Amino acid sequence: MLPGLTHEEILRYSRHLLIPEVGLEGQKKLKGSSALVIGTGGLGSAVSLYLAAAGVGRIGLVDYDVVDSTNLQRQVIHGTERIGILKVESARERMLDLNPGIEVEIYNEPFTSENAMHIAQNYDILIDGTDNFPTRYLTNDVCVFLGKPNVYGSIFRFDGQASVFYAKEGPCYRCLFPEPPPPGLVPSCAEGGVLGVLPGTIGTIQATEALKVLLGIGSPLIGKLLLYNALDMSFDFVKLKKNPKCRVCGPDADIKELIDYEEFCGVPGHDGDEGSAGADWDITAPELSERMKNNHLKLLDVREPHELQISSFPDVVNIPLGTLAARLSELDSAEEMVLVCKSGTRSARALELLVTAGFKKVKNLKGGINAWAQDVDKSLPIY
Amino acid sequence: MTILKIPTPLRHYTDGQAEASVSGSNVAAAMRNLVEQFPALDQHLYNDGELRAFVNLFVGEDNIKDLQGLETPLGEGDMLRIIPSIAGG
Repeated sequence: MLPGLTHEEILRYSRHLLIPEVGLEGQKKLKGSSALVIGTGGLGSAVSLYLAAAGVGRIGLVDYDVVDSTNLQRQVIHGTERIGILKVESARERMLDLNPGIEVEIYNEPFTSENAMHIAQNYDILIDGTDNFPTRYLTNDVCVFLGKPNVYGSIFRFDGQASVFYAKEGPCYRCLFPEPPPPGLVPSCAEGGVLGVLPGTIGTIQATEALKVLLGIGSPLIGKLLLYNALDMSFDFVKLKKNPKCRVCGPDADIKELIDYEEFCGVPGHDGDEGSAGADWDITAPELSERMKNNHLKLLDVREPHELQISSFPDVVNIPLGTLAARLSELDSAEEMVLVCKSGTRSARALELLVTAGFKKVKNLKGGINAWAQDVDKSLPIY
Repeated sequence: MTILKIPTPLRHYTDGQAEASVSGSNVAAAMRNLVEQFPALDQHLYNDGELRAFVNLFVGEDNIKDLQGLETPLGEGDMLRIIPSIAGG
């Protein structure tokens, strides 16, 4: 039995009611439906705003982070006055301002193998707006096990992808990506950057797909993957088929329950910006400052050259991480060296590469040049 | 020649190029030709001479897994595409 609409709601949704594909019946369907948005970042901002505006009756938000100023270049559901407050609370406030007639349920916690089934079972559809591989595999598997559609979106720099993974009717995420890339190969947005409007483009496509699935109209992106490139302004589609060898939705599936996704992907379940190579290999910014007073230390900056224009040590050798393996001959393994990047993540990877190549006198600047700017040289900006 | 579309995460290793013209009568040969042109791609696409399992290749709209895998023939003007795993949100 679908819920009725008040006169106020009929007025609010009049532009929907005028479309025959939605109409009164469709709007009631939306009011009676629910969606769980995993991640209240760039994708989550666009999806949550539009689902709220469209009148999806109950929307759940999962995120454990707080709003930070680096979010605001793309996470338009938040705002400058909300810096430091919980993302789920910030988002709920904005959604209820946009549409007080809906319910917004918030989960201020990471989406994990422990809580995911319990949270997700109460929603009709899941929206994948996460920023890391472990949570993407988790969201997929939860949807397969619960028989729910997974509206997928993913972004990097200028590239976006979108699809609807619905194992009942088509392939799942694992059919396309049976295993994750090796840790470190694909940079996160925190390391590699992202055009601010890109999650808006992909997030609104996810919102469109979610509404179509909830309304049962049109042809959702089931069995199709959208590939968007903002620089070329290209929208390409490829066909996706169910993978008969899929370990979670195939006929011989051997994964029957949620697993340890961080172990499976070899990376943490959040947008990695850890900045540490482990206690034995790290040097903190204050320690480095002390050491530099007494000795000359070679600094190897593994960031991209354009990042050195933002902040830099005065005397560094710059070899970007991506080219380091091919340029080892330029370095002297007998020389003491401190590796530097933005936040210590890429330099930790560079350190691993150098140690494997036989370098022993290398250290990683924990927290990167941002930590140096925070703790030692406050004249430098943090980015 | 086949046009090969290079996804953003890998353009770092192709001097920023978004497309490459590759020669080869099938996908395996075309991919080898790509790596000859851009040796820095090798370690990201191959492991001990085998294409890494997470690398998704499509000819036109179709996954090569649904065609003849690496033996899928390529003709003049075919579009070969590497679909990357990306996770940003």
